[in-house]
Amino acid sequence: MDETSLLTTAQQTILTPADIQQSDIDRLMGELCATQIDAADIYFQSIRHESWSLEDGIVKEGSFNIEQGAGVRAISGEKTGFAYTDELNVNALLEAARSARAIARSGQQHNHKVIYPKQPVSLYSADDPLLSLPTEDKITLLQRIDRETRALDPRIEQVMVSLVGVHETVVIATHDGLVSGDVRPLIRMNISVIIEQNGRREKGGHGGGARTDYSYFLEENRAMEYAREALRQADVAMQAEPAPAGNMTVVLGPGWPGILLHEAIGHGLEGDFNRKGTSAFSGRLGEKVASPLCTIVDDGTLEKRRGSLNIDDEGTPTESTVLIENGVLKEYMQDTMNARLMGMRPTGNGRRESYSHRPMPRMTNTYMLAGESEPEEIIASVQSGIYARNFGGGQVDITSGKFVFTANEAYLIENGKITRPVKGATLIGNGPDVLTRVSMVGNDLELDSGVGTCGKEGQSVPVGVGQPTMKIDGMTIGGTQV
Amino acid sequence: MNTANKDIHNTDDHLQKQQQLETLKSIVADALSEAQNQGATACDASISKSHGFSVTARMGDVETIEHDRNQGLGVTVYIGQKKGNASTSDLSPKAVKETVAAACAIARYATEDPFAGLPDVDKLAKQIADLDLYHPWSIEPQQAIDIALQCESTALEYDPAITNSEGATLNTHSGAQVLGNSLGFLEGYWTSNHSVSCCVIGERDGAMQRDYWYTVARDHADLDSAISVGRETAKRTLRRLGSRSLSPRPCPVLFVPEVARSLIGNFIGAISGGSLYRKNTFLLDSLGQTVFPEFIRIHQQPLLTKALGSAPCDAEGVATQTHDIVSAGVVNNYVLSSYSARKLGMQTTGNAGGTYNLTVEPGQQDFDQLIKTMNTGFIVLELIGQGVNMMTGDYSRGAAGLWVENGEIVHPVDEVTIAGNLKDIFRQIAAIGNDVDHTSSIRTGSILVENMVLAGS
Repeated sequence: MDETSLLTTAQQTILTPADIQQSDIDRLMGELCATQIDAADIYFQSIRHESWSLEDGIVKEGSFNIEQGAGVRAISGEKTGFAYTDELNVNALLEAARSARAIARSGQQHNHKVIYPKQPVSLYSADDPLLSLPTEDKITLLQRIDRETRALDPRIEQVMVSLVGVHETVVIATHDGLVSGDVRPLIRMNISVIIEQNGRREKGGHGGGARTDYSYFLEENRAMEYAREALRQADVAMQAEPAPAGNMTVVLGPGWPGILLHEAIGHGLEGDFNRKGTSAFSGRLGEKVASPLCTIVDDGTLEKRRGSLNIDDEGTPTESTVLIENGVLKEYMQDTMNARLMGMRPTGNGRRESYSHRPMPRMTNTYMLAGESEPEEIIASVQSGIYARNFGGGQVDITSGKFVFTANEAYLIENGKITRPVKGATLIGNGPDVLTRVSMVGNDLELDSGVGTCGKEGQSVPVGVGQPTMKIDGMTIGGTQV
Repeated sequence: MNTANKDIHNTDDHLQKQQQLETLKSIVADALSEAQNQGATACDASISKSHGFSVTARMGDVETIEHDRNQGLGVTVYIGQKKGNASTSDLSPKAVKETVAAACAIARYATEDPFAGLPDVDKLAKQIADLDLYHPWSIEPQQAIDIALQCESTALEYDPAITNSEGATLNTHSGAQVLGNSLGFLEGYWTSNHSVSCCVIGERDGAMQRDYWYTVARDHADLDSAISVGRETAKRTLRRLGSRSLSPRPCPVLFVPEVARSLIGNFIGAISGGSLYRKNTFLLDSLGQTVFPEFIRIHQQPLLTKALGSAPCDAEGVATQTHDIVSAGVVNNYVLSSYSARKLGMQTTGNAGGTYNLTVEPGQQDFDQLIKTMNTGFIVLELIGQGVNMMTGDYSRGAAGLWVENGEIVHPVDEVTIAGNLKDIFRQIAAIGNDVDHTSSIRTGSILVENMVLAGS
């Protein structure tokens, strides 16, 4: 689909049924710009969301949700006025505009000339993924996964499968006359298994997703690959012994362990924290913050990836931004407001959970580029350490720089060999210096399977992470064996 | 908080709110009859609606004003034993009809589940007690900004080591909940919620630390003053400056009330219906079993007036229960909805949607006495990350806090983990403090645990 028809589709989905014309948007913008503002935008959004879940061998329930509304924002210096409405009519929007503009006092002109910017070639189809499979087939798919998964191992006690589809349409109008649109599909599947052996129960889970339609889960037998991986993780957990406690060499596997990057440096490089000087990375552009082996990018332009967007939620085209190049801090991730206040350029990272939330700088797909070492060579170089292959979530305190991420599949490395699995444990480190201790980077870059959700100030957005196998000379492992 | 605006129970406002509630009830009633027309054999529907605003002041100036207005209708239909859900933010008759149709379409495709269905009729709340949960605050954004500014400036001016700020926020919201089902239940009530919070940053030797504090209440007259919140925020940030890690060691751990709540939350998660029937818990078959030391009592008080965790009925309309969940260390009651209860062959405990004002019976010692009792060990001020395996009880989380030797705080600590297993942690609770935070829906004092493993470098 080309760029103009994408905007047209978006306008027809949201604005046409509500009978909102370009002249109404002009009038709203006029109301917003009646006070001394630097920037203003109106964000129209419509979301169709479905989910199906299976447990105990049956598809117990499904849910369907439609949400639509508009968020109106006025910015004056560092001040933001924001209001939203889930009633898409001109009066409700005018009321929201008056509430939002109260942030500033005296008036200014706005640009009445409407500009339709050239949008990038779409990274994903505008088709509604909810309609990509008949309902019967969604049910049959979940039931087949359950049946085939249970047949994999007699120890399986419970199989839980969830299938989620989202079709989101946005139209963004800004004070300088720009009008952009995007239509975004997103699908997600998750499979968990519980196994029981000699009275001990363990759980494993895996899944994936992308900005595409449900046929993705049928291609390459992906759904059953998720099931096999969930079972493998539960089986490893069944054999795991208590984890060590203390500082050790850590080798992280490729792919999803890239949440290290998301937590350790990603959040700390978001423009808002750096403008306010509240990040441990504030004022450090141009400084060495990682080993020369590390080059890290945030890339919103990867085709069909969960964290990708054609344009961000302020209408800025996404891009691949080099955050750290050969260990040197190059650039922050910016939305328009923070870019303007810092005298930098917007990087297409202005994102929001929905029309009822304010945009802020957020990550898209954040990953480290491949290095040169063979993964086997990296393991072989470790006398005594931990190999962490899979993780649950993570969290960071951007001010102190301390971050955690929780390994749920990890092994001891003894004399250059992976030996016994150990129980899940939290790893803790300091963002600004953990990457200075990266001593080997693998040639096996992988992106995660499309499962990440990032939370910031109460807003959730889908993101991606990735990395090659990586060796860190010293991190704290929060096990129980002193 | 004392402001010029007195909370006047305006008769007009009261009438208007009653009328709005009746309107919402009629939408719910319409959704229910529409569902029955479309073939549902049973159904429930609920609306939640809220409005309010928040302002944030940062570095001595207003930073954001956000106005919120939320509404949503959720419909659950049963066609025999098959269930479907749908929801919408549009309450127009057309949208209600479409939402019901979407729920029915899903139910037709779902599989028969013998345990699905509405609650048993005798469990439904007979009357909706007025718990005094609604105290709207007629405050203008400018007054709110002034309060936030006062709060933040108190924190910023408290000590020269406080160098930066995430700001102070005032939040005020009111909302209505309406719930109905095809058993004839149709009730609703208003609630309000107001808070003032603050987060500032301190700096020492080039290293920054932040901490926060807040006050929250149903009635703004019950809020702590902006000045006291600002002062407490500054004190909390200052006590963390100069933090460093510690070498690995086993030691006693004292959880302050704000983090002790999460331990009680982990316990509730482990005895909740969904975890139990899926066998995704380390406390399977724990009813009647001793999980805590004998001095531990945890009781639920859903009907406390003005409390944050109060509710006359649960999310299914079942009457909430005042009862002990743990008494003398023994699990007395699980935390169940109608569905999970049926799966377990039990009766609902009126906990669809969670627990309501859990109180951990306080002990005799205050916080300072607990530090003396601990003698040498770690005070946890903040936990980060998830790190709790509900299946096994294995616990490993990032922490920041204070190191104590011989009953005295020696230095602040960060970049450490604390680990153990929740079964052991619960059994090894040595004392509960009397420093209970009554504003939380989990009310506990500090919790002293005899032994955990701390790791750092």
